[in-house]
Amino acid sequence: MARIEAQGLSIDYPLYHHNGRSLKKRLLGNGPGRLKADSGSTVAVAALRSLDFVIERGERVALIGPNGAGKSTLLRALAGIYEPAGGRLTLQGTIASLIDPNAGVNALLTGRENIALHCLYRGLKGEEAERFTEYAVSFADLGEFIDLPIRGYSAGMNIRLGFALATAKAPAILLMDEWLAAGDQNFMKKADQRLGELVGQAEILVIATHSMDIVNKWCTRAIHMEGGRIVDDVPLTRPAPEADEVETAPSVA
Amino acid sequence: MAACGPDRTEGEAIGEPVIMHDAGNPQRLQRAVDDLSSGFGLWRLAWALASGDIKERYRGSVLGPLWLTLSTALMLGMLGVLYAKLFRIDLASYLPWLSASLVIWGVLLQSVNDACITMTSSEGVIRQMPLPYTLHALRAVFRNALVAAHNLPLILIVLALFGIMPGWEALMAIPGLILLAFCAFWAGLLFGAVCARFRDIPPIIASIMQIAFFMTPIIWKPELVGHWQPWLPLNPFYSMMEIVRAPLLGRPFPLIEWVASLVYSGLLGVAAFALFARFRNRIAFWV
Repeated sequence: MARIEAQGLSIDYPLYHHNGRSLKKRLLGNGPGRLKADSGSTVAVAALRSLDFVIERGERVALIGPNGAGKSTLLRALAGIYEPAGGRLTLQGTIASLIDPNAGVNALLTGRENIALHCLYRGLKGEEAERFTEYAVSFADLGEFIDLPIRGYSAGMNIRLGFALATAKAPAILLMDEWLAAGDQNFMKKADQRLGELVGQAEILVIATHSMDIVNKWCTRAIHMEGGRIVDDVPLTRPAPEADEVETAPSVA
Repeated sequence: MAACGPDRTEGEAIGEPVIMHDAGNPQRLQRAVDDLSSGFGLWRLAWALASGDIKERYRGSVLGPLWLTLSTALMLGMLGVLYAKLFRIDLASYLPWLSASLVIWGVLLQSVNDACITMTSSEGVIRQMPLPYTLHALRAVFRNALVAAHNLPLILIVLALFGIMPGWEALMAIPGLILLAFCAFWAGLLFGAVCARFRDIPPIIASIMQIAFFMTPIIWKPELVGHWQPWLPLNPFYSMMEIVRAPLLGRPFPLIEWVASLVYSGLLGVAAFALFARFRNRIAFWV
């Protein structure tokens, strides 16, 4: 059963490659600000400051808050990219993160070759890889462009491929950063539907977003962050939509 | 990314993987070992990325990766003639030596240079996907192995041109190359991390390598230093080169150089693993 628990989770983001000396002088002996002087000569941003929360199975959590609130850092910590500097983080269940749809994509390879590469990134082999490829190719729906190097793709095509790669396999815990911005109307509808399916299949969804549409449509809980802290954590009365459709939804996972 | 993370057990069928990050009990050793094993588990990916790197470099060129071979061949030819004229040495005795030395040095130099950028060059992936760091070091090793495979045959061609046919003992170069790859891997983890944190290290290493090129018997033969010759194995670059070079050129089996190389490799491996285990979870913040 998928579950996420954070106890006193803290992450300091050090700024090493920046001359912190003069800045450090200013920060020495300071109070409540978010920048702080480290023991050495470095300056660190307290990206997450002692977060406590539990996310249970079935919850769809929206991380909201202004830029720099720590939403993406929290997602990266949940994904296992940043390990906590303080506190504990326990995650149960397979995790997939859609933080950046273009991560690990090689612009010189064709769409199909990139899909094969992506299978390797995910450690998929044999039949599993075949199903993944089949699904991604049909979902991206790029026609003959699938066999062209993706540097010749339009922005919309890139999004379609990135989206197909990221969503072809449903995890138990789905972490998303809001990046679905471009793409034509037709595709947006399809993407919307697929996300609905994924959200339905995933036992936990955590999405960092600025869009109240997304919050209202998919989420059952909103965690409001500011300055690396949780300032508000409210359940949303609206239940997860499309819960019934999900059972019959096709998927490779 | 699913199922690629360094700290998770794969497969839902076995049961739900549980990942725990506890800053109070970081389990550094265990995680470093997990990183290594899951990284080697992704060797197919490392190989695909490495060959992609090579193809990318020569994309659209007619000769493609053959340029690697051709440019080395051109350099060997020109330098061989020039040095033979300058030092008035017989070309037949000098050019095979120079070719073997320069090609092997090239492999070594490229491995060290790549080790320094192992992590920083993968910055984009490191920050977006939870992948074992081992993967990036492995990618660099494979990439350099591919480059080496384009250059090493030149040694045999030059030898053949001068009518030298190396015997079976030339195969002893292979374990030497394997040891070189072992060192390149650990150097990738060690220097990759250190160079990401301290950006002054790569230029320091670059200048060390420049000095090493002249201090190591590459363009000159070890016999030239006279009674200093027994001390040469103290130079790790000499030892590492000689275990590959000696068998190819039909020189006597380099026993002392082998012992020295094994000692250096062991020290490098231990130092790299210790540092990697201690600072692995910081690398994502360093790149």
